Amino acid sequence: MKRRQFVQTAGAGSVLGAMGMVTGCATSGGSGGAHVVVVGGGFGGATAAKYIRLWSDQSIRVTLIEPNAAFVSCPISNLVLGGTKTMADITVSYDNLAKRHGVNVVRDMVTSIDADKRTVKLASGGELGYDRLVLSPGVDFMWETLPGMSKPGAQDKVLHAWKAGPQTVALRKQLEAMPDGGVYALTIPLGPYRCPPGPYERACQVASYFSKAKPKSKVLILDANDDVTSKGPLFKKAWAERYKGIVEYRPKHNLVDVDAATGTLKFEFNDDLKAAVLNVLPAIRAGDIAVKTGLATANKRWCEIDFLTHEAKAAKNIHILGDSIQVAPLMPKSGHMANQHGKTCAAAVVALLTGKQPNTLPIYTNTCYSFVSADEAVHVASVHRYDAAQKTMLTVPGSGGVSSAANELEGGYAMGWARNIWADTLA
Amino acid sequence: MMRWNRIAAVGMLTTLCGWAGAQAVDPVQVRGWASTCATCHGTAGIAQPGMESLAGVNKDEMVKKMMDFKAGRKPATLMHQIAKGYSDEQLQALAAHYASLKK
Repeated sequence: MKRRQFVQTAGAGSVLGAMGMVTGCATSGGSGGAHVVVVGGGFGGATAAKYIRLWSDQSIRVTLIEPNAAFVSCPISNLVLGGTKTMADITVSYDNLAKRHGVNVVRDMVTSIDADKRTVKLASGGELGYDRLVLSPGVDFMWETLPGMSKPGAQDKVLHAWKAGPQTVALRKQLEAMPDGGVYALTIPLGPYRCPPGPYERACQVASYFSKAKPKSKVLILDANDDVTSKGPLFKKAWAERYKGIVEYRPKHNLVDVDAATGTLKFEFNDDLKAAVLNVLPAIRAGDIAVKTGLATANKRWCEIDFLTHEAKAAKNIHILGDSIQVAPLMPKSGHMANQHGKTCAAAVVALLTGKQPNTLPIYTNTCYSFVSADEAVHVASVHRYDAAQKTMLTVPGSGGVSSAANELEGGYAMGWARNIWADTLA
Repeated sequence: MMRWNRIAAVGMLTTLCGWAGAQAVDPVQVRGWASTCATCHGTAGIAQPGMESLAGVNKDEMVKKMMDFKAGRKPATLMHQIAKGYSDEQLQALAAHYASLKK
């Protein structure tokens, strides 16, 4: 008997109410099917939720737990900082997951997971049972590596904007308020971090804004890595040619502390630096819920999985997706990759819940566009295939590559990519 | 839009037909592979503006196009890099899958 019932506890009313709406819907698959709880409605979780419904012919019930009212896309959010896109442009509703696919979307947060009992506890007080859990919690920041950032008010003043949302808006306001002639300093942690080319795209977007609105201002990139970690020659060309005199790139700058009150950055081996606007990307690890549940088996930071099913190495019936996983070689932490994880996982979950063998040869593509100006973009692409001998995903020899040069055609494709991945994930 | 050498295409089709009869790939596995394309080309092959839809394509034309991308015969921004990630047999199966979807 695989199927689990909801376990009702005090305060579960809102969840049960939401379930009630779905069980009243003709496409919900009734109340008899297996139940999958998906934690997190980002690129990984939302894709898994949708595809489990599609590929089970709507026979598996899916509850998606997500604290945010709507999906806000990290890809394209740097263009909000650059001033050519708005938050509305990068915000997508969860409504279609419910309306078109019968996913029970619950606005809540999972506070604990009991892998033995197969239940999750919700912040609102409810508890849900699952047959299989899909955990796509994204990342959380390792604030302990920057002690000064734990001082009162520090995190309100020094922003990361590395999860698109209110911080994106707040950082844009800081850039707008900065007087011409000021310095915007962006610090990048050692890899692996979410979206390898993202910080360098951000530098381009802020520089693009400065070049139009405050040309005496500077963008200072302080990178803990030895060199630009993605699309290096393409970004360096943009900085040297388009943003000459605006962007300065300094590698091997490992940030160890921040004094938010004085606007000072402190490095392991380099002199302290002050800037008008500090944008600090702290080191990241798997989302709190994954770490707390004991699933982050790689250095207590990332979650190891079986790449055929995305099932956690540390717990049965829990599948982990997206930026939280211990990646395979050359696999970036990207939204596109999380979308691909979601599908491999969905296929495996449907197979396992219907007594079938999961697919034996998963393939992932990854495509990542970066805008170097308002209109021109560059890409990096790769294809990854399961290797049965090594039990991991390896890039297919000869596949993948980068743009030969920034161009407007790919700027158009980049927006086409965004519209399509948002639709594939959420509509 | 699609310019290709008809003689080469006929030769290709003959090869393809020979292959198609030789083996069948598990449709659930093919569905999984096809979902890798769907990120840019639409869940059921119907794309949002800015990308090409794949639903209801002519199978042989799609195979030809992908093989041309793979061989570097067809100019592209990135599809030549993606196409090299799939075997000829996988491209055949993907084309058959998208050809079977409703436009």
